[in-house]
Amino acid sequence: MWCFSQVKGAVDDDVAEADIISTVEFNHSGELLATGDKGGRVVIFQQEQENKIQSHSRGEYNVYSTFQSHEPEFDYLKSLEIEEKINKIRWLPQKNAAQFLLSTNDKTIKLWKISERDKRPEGYNLKEEDGRYRDPTTVTTLRVPVFRPMDLMVEASPRRIFANAHTYHINSISINSDYETYLSADDLRINLWHLEITDRSFNIVDIKPANMEELTEVITAAEFHPNSCNTFVYSSSKGTIRLCDMRASALCDRHSKLFEEPEDPSNRSFFSEIISSISDVKFSHSGRYMMTRDYLSVKIWDLNMENRPVETYQVHEYLRSKLCSLYENDCIFDKFECCWNGSDSVVMTGSYNNFFRMFDRNTKRDITLEASRENNKPRTVLKPRKVCASGKRKKDEISVDSLDFNKKILHTAWHPKENIIAVATTNNLYIFQDKVN
Amino acid sequence: MFARGLKRKCADHEEDMGGALAGFRAVPSYSLQRQSLLDMSLVKLQLCHMLVEPNLCRSVLIANTVRQIQEEMTQDGTWRVAAPQSTGRAPLDRLVSTEILCRSMREQDGVHPAPGMGDDHVLGPGSELSTVTSAQTPRDPQNSVWEMDSPRENRGNFQKSLDQIFETLETRNPSSAEELFSDMDSSYYDLDTVLTGVVSRAEPGPCDGLQGLPPVATPASSSSCKSDLGELDHVMEILVET
Repeated sequence: MWCFSQVKGAVDDDVAEADIISTVEFNHSGELLATGDKGGRVVIFQQEQENKIQSHSRGEYNVYSTFQSHEPEFDYLKSLEIEEKINKIRWLPQKNAAQFLLSTNDKTIKLWKISERDKRPEGYNLKEEDGRYRDPTTVTTLRVPVFRPMDLMVEASPRRIFANAHTYHINSISINSDYETYLSADDLRINLWHLEITDRSFNIVDIKPANMEELTEVITAAEFHPNSCNTFVYSSSKGTIRLCDMRASALCDRHSKLFEEPEDPSNRSFFSEIISSISDVKFSHSGRYMMTRDYLSVKIWDLNMENRPVETYQVHEYLRSKLCSLYENDCIFDKFECCWNGSDSVVMTGSYNNFFRMFDRNTKRDITLEASRENNKPRTVLKPRKVCASGKRKKDEISVDSLDFNKKILHTAWHPKENIIAVATTNNLYIFQDKVN
Repeated sequence: MFARGLKRKCADHEEDMGGALAGFRAVPSYSLQRQSLLDMSLVKLQLCHMLVEPNLCRSVLIANTVRQIQEEMTQDGTWRVAAPQSTGRAPLDRLVSTEILCRSMREQDGVHPAPGMGDDHVLGPGSELSTVTSAQTPRDPQNSVWEMDSPRENRGNFQKSLDQIFETLETRNPSSAEELFSDMDSSYYDLDTVLTGVVSRAEPGPCDGLQGLPPVATPASSSSCKSDLGELDHVMEILVET
């Protein structure tokens, strides 16, 4: 049973373009939650230590750090603006006191170090406390500077900038399980980087045709396998997923496995290809499965079986008869993401009208919930929602025609260990928790 | 639900009228609907061509859709607009009449001004058209989509424009002609039921099919027709300029 916990962001309906949330990601421990927005900013929330007295809820998330990750740029050669929108954030596993994350816009990836400072040196001999230099002739005694506590300051500093490697728009970044390398994928190419080296990257996938007029397929997402550091997958706009092994050759143009489900001829339409385009691909934590999201469904694939998914969940099948209108208003091109829970037993994805859906793989039950400020009393249990596809609408159901297609939930994230989820509406971040009894 | 401010006329009636009426409502011809989808797709391709930097995935998907329609129309041998129907409820007539309107206008003016183009940014329409017509085969390039007398040749023109769009995605010549399409009448008919091949379980009410969405503003119909031609002009313009 899911309960409202918190909501972050502006209350008013007039959404500033720069505040539109474009990515959400928990770190490996779940203590930190990062969001990126269209204005190029990253906001990191930190979970406060569990309050032992109030044992019925887990710690709240409060702002920990805010920084401007990317700025708008101008490509003078093409006369085009490069958007500062943060497309993806990926956390590195923590190695020391500082936290590291990769953030990317369309063209440039940056490695950020987030560190805490809670003490500062005091008692310099040659400097006053405010920084002014002392006249050396006034120094009569010497002292050793000491660290004294200060108010916690969280600093973010860019440690690496990985630029000029992508002609097309970066859609994915993924850190390898070796924690030394990572990949970045744009529409036509995938590059492999070393986290320490910024002036070089290796191109490992290139699907650009010699003649651009022959272009019919693009890369939509890519991810490294969670355990095998030589394996990665990438998905395409034609609904295929290719698994590649970097040991096979330097340029992984030939896939090791090709995952594709044959088309259902009874559902064929002019929109079949568009709705088969995969908007997100995520490995399960175990590494045995991967999940893909296309326009209408979520599919779970067993890495050992290429010819069809092992599970398919319909997210909003009632939209199938509305595809032409959704094509007209461009909603059919919306890129929904998906995510696994910590134990790989439940998957979650977003929909329209600020609805999001969860599918329990074991019980085969699914639920539709809404991220709305109407339910914003802490620990209010969320009421399941239902969309009425056709016919008589029952009480409490919402008809397809009443859905607000401007309210879309594209980005969701699940805490790696606990039942806490972060759901991004256009400009608000909702945090929900499973009821703890 | 989708067009701003437009309410589906008969949303309330759907529950009252059962399947009885369904049989009496002839669904608009598939080829007509398919043509509308083609037109919509072409507009989208051009619109995305105008924006800051086109989303390549979206462009590829739309272009593939256009190719699919093109292939199907070629197989059917219907690579032409349907001849004006004598029957018609209002919307069908409207579609047909704009076609006639366009045809007669083209015949009237040798050079007609491309609509909505800001004078500041773009070459004079007269010079464009004459350049275009001289570069093309004797057939008026506008015919390539609207009227297919010679399918193969016009398919070539069409394919060329499609390819040019992709080429220019790489070597983009930005033109701030977004206002070109600001008047576009985008109230396409309800194509859902026919084109997706899926009939929603509710019996089609009187509003499904062509009558689904009333036009936004009737006076805009002629200007929207002009802009439709204008967009093809623009494709040819890219062809010639780059």
